[in-house]
Amino acid sequence: MNPILEALVKSVGILVVALAGFAYMTWVERKFISRLQARIGPNRAGPFGLLQPVADGIKLIFKESITPANADVLVYFLAPVVAVIPALVLFAVIPFGSDPAFQLASNINVGALYVMAVLGVGIYGMILAGWSSNNKYALLGGLRASAQVISYELGLGLAVLSVIMMASSASLNDIVAYQQPGNILGWLIFRQPVAAVIFAITALAELARAPFDLVEAEQELTAGFMTEYGGMKFALFYMSEYVKMIGMSALFVTFFLGGWSGPFVNEAPVLSLVYFAIKVLACLLVMVWVRATLPRFRYDKLMGFGWKVLLPVGLVNVVVTALLIVAGVPGYK
Amino acid sequence: MSPDFLLFLIIALVAVAAALGMLFSRSALYAALFLITNFGAVAVLYLLLNAPFLAVVQVSVYAGAIMVLFLFVIMLLGAERLGREPEAAAMRWQRPLAIVLAVVLIVQAVYVFATRASAVPAVAQAIDAGPLNIGKTLINSYLLPFEVIAIVLLAAMIGAVVLTRDK
Amino acid sequence: MSITDKVVAVVTKIPVGFATVLKTLFRKPVTVQYPEQTKPMSARFRGRHHLKRYDDGLEKCIGCALCAAACPADAIYVEAAENTNEERYSPGERYAKTYEINMLRCIFCGYCEDACPTNAIVLEPIEFPTGYTRDGMIYVKDMLLEPPPAGAPATPQQTPAGKYDRAILPFPPITD
Repeated sequence: MNPILEALVKSVGILVVALAGFAYMTWVERKFISRLQARIGPNRAGPFGLLQPVADGIKLIFKESITPANADVLVYFLAPVVAVIPALVLFAVIPFGSDPAFQLASNINVGALYVMAVLGVGIYGMILAGWSSNNKYALLGGLRASAQVISYELGLGLAVLSVIMMASSASLNDIVAYQQPGNILGWLIFRQPVAAVIFAITALAELARAPFDLVEAEQELTAGFMTEYGGMKFALFYMSEYVKMIGMSALFVTFFLGGWSGPFVNEAPVLSLVYFAIKVLACLLVMVWVRATLPRFRYDKLMGFGWKVLLPVGLVNVVVTALLIVAGVPGYK
Repeated sequence: MSPDFLLFLIIALVAVAAALGMLFSRSALYAALFLITNFGAVAVLYLLLNAPFLAVVQVSVYAGAIMVLFLFVIMLLGAERLGREPEAAAMRWQRPLAIVLAVVLIVQAVYVFATRASAVPAVAQAIDAGPLNIGKTLINSYLLPFEVIAIVLLAAMIGAVVLTRDK
Repeated sequence: MSITDKVVAVVTKIPVGFATVLKTLFRKPVTVQYPEQTKPMSARFRGRHHLKRYDDGLEKCIGCALCAAACPADAIYVEAAENTNEERYSPGERYAKTYEINMLRCIFCGYCEDACPTNAIVLEPIEFPTGYTRDGMIYVKDMLLEPPPAGAPATPQQTPAGKYDRAILPFPPITD
């Protein structure tokens, strides 16, 4: 097949899956968190409320588009777009299945670093939205977002670094291959539990999700950087958050849960897609579970936790991992 | 014209335009945004030179971390709303100095282009600019500059910590 | 609190919280699917006002406007008119020609109920006033008045002279 055509088909496929995933992730989250709070959740639009995302989408599309007075119009309109692009681009390097056909860019040998770069850029949407809205809540939300993401990116980087050291490759395919597809004990979560925990915590912070959702803390900042956004522009921010949630879960699966590996993958490659989807869904449900359990961090505690706990622990973990690898301890090389 | 060259031309134009936009933009925030665009374009240039590692590091360090801090400071200080300061007398010596330095830079660039331009693509093809090679080069060939920079950065960090302490 | 204590607390206490939340997953949801399901309401709940009738179909309200006087929110407007034996609405001399309650103002305190000398106005837990317009939230007499009891004629009635001279009929025995 023509490589450009192939890339185009795969991109469209990823886009469709990501959009459908976004729409139904909102439904899954609302349903699951309702059950965790002894409620029922959306059940009016269609059977089991399954048409709720459609109804939400229609509502958001037909809402009036408002531009606040004295807003920086260009940046105000660009910010939602800037927020969505990194969320979608994240999926380019993730191996969804055992076959190279299940990955968009399979030959990138710095996939893990690419992911870090894309995540680092992903924050601009929030910052620019906060600045351009000409609203003090939005500006405070944007400032919090920038400080928070800078602080937690270091911990995330250290967790990913441990994984790269273990697999001695920054390619996501190599990392999955290193985790011995087919043997559950090969998963890196069993050999790098500290890195896995740090990754999980910092991933929640990068996503600005509970308990790190200070960026949009309703009680203090109305809706944070999204305060002045409505209609489709708001939907784009929402979309970037949920698509990034799916992307982060996919990364956690790739780094720590053996990626697409599972029984009978060699006989039926399609199964690998199914395993990957199941693992990602499990991670997403855990995220909702965390949201239902933990209260929000206080702002100064958040920064202190990032710099004084996660960063040192991550550094020690990297050093210990390096020592174990050099010493040739079984399981670490 | 190969597709690579066409891509290079477009990206180079974007990079130069973004750099000029950064220079001539009145608003500090727009200047920062132009600079981010420039960094992104330069990252693509690295990709064209077969150095994906450098490209990714360029984006994640400069565009992803340093410029976020820049924006943070600009927004915190409200610097984008400051008017143009009247030229202070004490700063007058800066202009001739800037011109001299610019001339030096241009001469340098022309010299490099004249003598080494043809070598760059060949070198880019030959060298493996992966993390392993870059790490080895830093630790072996450039150990002294590497350590010097580490000390300079440490000094800056200590300075920042001292500045934030109460008297 | 030393660092060790903190680490121990984090490792031991946080899983308890997660387990508690997860346990809720297997609990029956407490949601009541209003309006299909409703929760049983106290018999003394003060909902919408109803204007009552006697068993013979006459209205209990005599237009005395004591309810309007008692109303702390000034939500009730009553205009009285004279009864005649040819066109009788209520026992006694007068009846309420106009009876309006502004449900947006009403605070459902039940003072009107207490003030009423004939027990004509009762707040019942059956209906809740809702509406799309401000005008629609002003309930007029036709909306408040209960239909006549089965077999009894509606008002106005033609009544023999002398039968309804008193405004307050002897109350039926209280059977609550």
